[in-house]
Amino acid sequence: MIEISNLHKSYKTGSNYLHVLKGIDFSVKEGELVAIMGSSGSGKSTLLNILGMLDEADEGSYVLDGVPIKNLNEKIAAKYRNKFLGFIFQSFNLISYKNAMDNVALPLYYQKVGRRERDERAMHYLEKVGLADWADHLPNQLSGGQKQRVAIARALASDPKVLLADEPTGALDTKTSYEVMDLIQGINEEGRTILVVTHEPDIAQMTKRIVNLKDGRIIDDTLVDQVKALSHV
Amino acid sequence: MFNIESWQEIFDTIRKNKLRTFLTAISVASGIFILVILLGFNSGIANGVRSQFEQDATNRIVVSTRTTTKGYKGLNPGRRLKMRNADYENFNRKYEDQIEYKTSLFNTWGGQVNYQDKQGSYRIEGAFPDQQFIENADLTSGRFLSEVDVKESRKVAVLGYQMKQDLFKDEDPIGKTIRVNNDVNFNVIGVYTDPGGSREETRLFIPMTTAQQVFRAGDTINRIAYTVKMSENFDEAVATSAAMAASIEQDLREKFVVAPDDRSAIRVFDTLEEAKKIYGLIDRIRAVFWFIGIGTIVAGVVGVGNIMLIIVKERTKEIGIRKALGALPNTIIWMVLQESIFITAIAGLLGLFAGVGLLEIVGPMIEQDFIRFPKVDFNTSITTVVILIVAGTLAGYIPARRAANIKPIDALRDE
Repeated sequence: MIEISNLHKSYKTGSNYLHVLKGIDFSVKEGELVAIMGSSGSGKSTLLNILGMLDEADEGSYVLDGVPIKNLNEKIAAKYRNKFLGFIFQSFNLISYKNAMDNVALPLYYQKVGRRERDERAMHYLEKVGLADWADHLPNQLSGGQKQRVAIARALASDPKVLLADEPTGALDTKTSYEVMDLIQGINEEGRTILVVTHEPDIAQMTKRIVNLKDGRIIDDTLVDQVKALSHV
Repeated sequence: MFNIESWQEIFDTIRKNKLRTFLTAISVASGIFILVILLGFNSGIANGVRSQFEQDATNRIVVSTRTTTKGYKGLNPGRRLKMRNADYENFNRKYEDQIEYKTSLFNTWGGQVNYQDKQGSYRIEGAFPDQQFIENADLTSGRFLSEVDVKESRKVAVLGYQMKQDLFKDEDPIGKTIRVNNDVNFNVIGVYTDPGGSREETRLFIPMTTAQQVFRAGDTINRIAYTVKMSENFDEAVATSAAMAASIEQDLREKFVVAPDDRSAIRVFDTLEEAKKIYGLIDRIRAVFWFIGIGTIVAGVVGVGNIMLIIVKERTKEIGIRKALGALPNTIIWMVLQESIFITAIAGLLGLFAGVGLLEIVGPMIEQDFIRFPKVDFNTSITTVVILIVAGTLAGYIPARRAANIKPIDALRDE
């Protein structure tokens, strides 16, 4: 599903170049649930941004579902993001003046899906995350866990190939974190490929594979015995 | 671009951000409102000045002579200068090519006019038939003086409308006999109105030749009035008129031996020169009003642009999210533009209707000397609407570009 090789990325800070990614080789097969771990500055967010086409690598190749991701202009990047990827953020990033259902329907709006179908599909995914009764609520009327579940429903709405989650439990308490991880595990069970960036070891243990980054290189890539989030709740 | 979905998206945004929409709308609506009122009053002033000025033909030259005030070449001051029929005929011949209408005039002030038991004191003026056009007089009934009337020195008279009201009330004056200075009977042949109003309608016109006989004036005349042929080019007409006026004045100075600096002895009044000044004034007033109006619009546009910039800033994160979810740069530009154009158009139209409405209601009541019937015409309204749409687009474009260039990672990192 994801094939990257020899990925380099550096940022210019004043007169110095900061070499953030120093040759990443990494692949993810369909249906995997991968945790990307590392301390801050290890390059894990940069890697996720490149995977999410929010940023572009200086060197190396990136193939997503057989499509080489290269020389993207804004227009094509936007199209691929919409078609291939679903994002889940630490701070949820819901649009504050839209209710839960409209937030979930937004990626479909950019796919030019008609309003009726949009609403139906949004409702379906809200049901899936257990928030059908909250469809009319604005984000500020929801708890943190509920907001993240709306965000997950939104990420699923466009039926993407890969879900990219950047510290999805970073803003949540432990119990809520496990509930969200339970949801993510459930979605993975249905066969969807998911990448989770996290620095919390217990969250990482709930995935199927942990990739450790340090100073822009992968230092460790191991399969783990998945801990079911439900057992903690 | 014009699909219903994107409009629904705009309405959603507007509905949920009422305050900022309201503030934006107010600045545009008031700008247009002020522009419309300004333009209305501009037309009101133009109407007022024009109606003050166009009581008589605007291309007149009026020649009159008085008494010399300065001695010159051995002649004493205090000489009474009198033009005669021959002078009039000379000028007619000399300036034939430039002259449109012509008349010489002889008048008495405070002539007494009787009809049956009613009487009044009026200005009685001997004139040629062309006087009708020089005075801009319109006939309400009967006819004006004719060439034959003048040639045969007929005792016929044309009444001003105010005189007719004074002496005849509702009676039809045509064919009736009036008595002038308890001496001579005149037959009324017509009634005229003058745009100058009732003051100018208290004059009695009789044939020039008759006036000279009745008032025992011999062949002397008081004034000569001409109108100048208008050419296509207004400035050219003004120049012709000014040259002719100067030339007539020079002729008379030589004939009567008048000091060159004796301004009051010979007066040649060239209204076209005045008209040029007045029209120039109207043009300048219009330019000033448009300048203020455009300034107001520019201020409004800058205001809208400012608000849109703040909106874009405020929505940075939202725009980042939208882009992460697959919004194209064009979609973002159009989203911001559409909102800006929609708000300016609706608010501008409200301001336009308010301004036009106010002028429609209040305008017809305003009828003073220098402001009459302020209103805005259809073309001006359309122009303002077009200005609006363009302004809305301009006001929205820069913020929209900025929005489209927002990088999703930067926007999302912006905690």
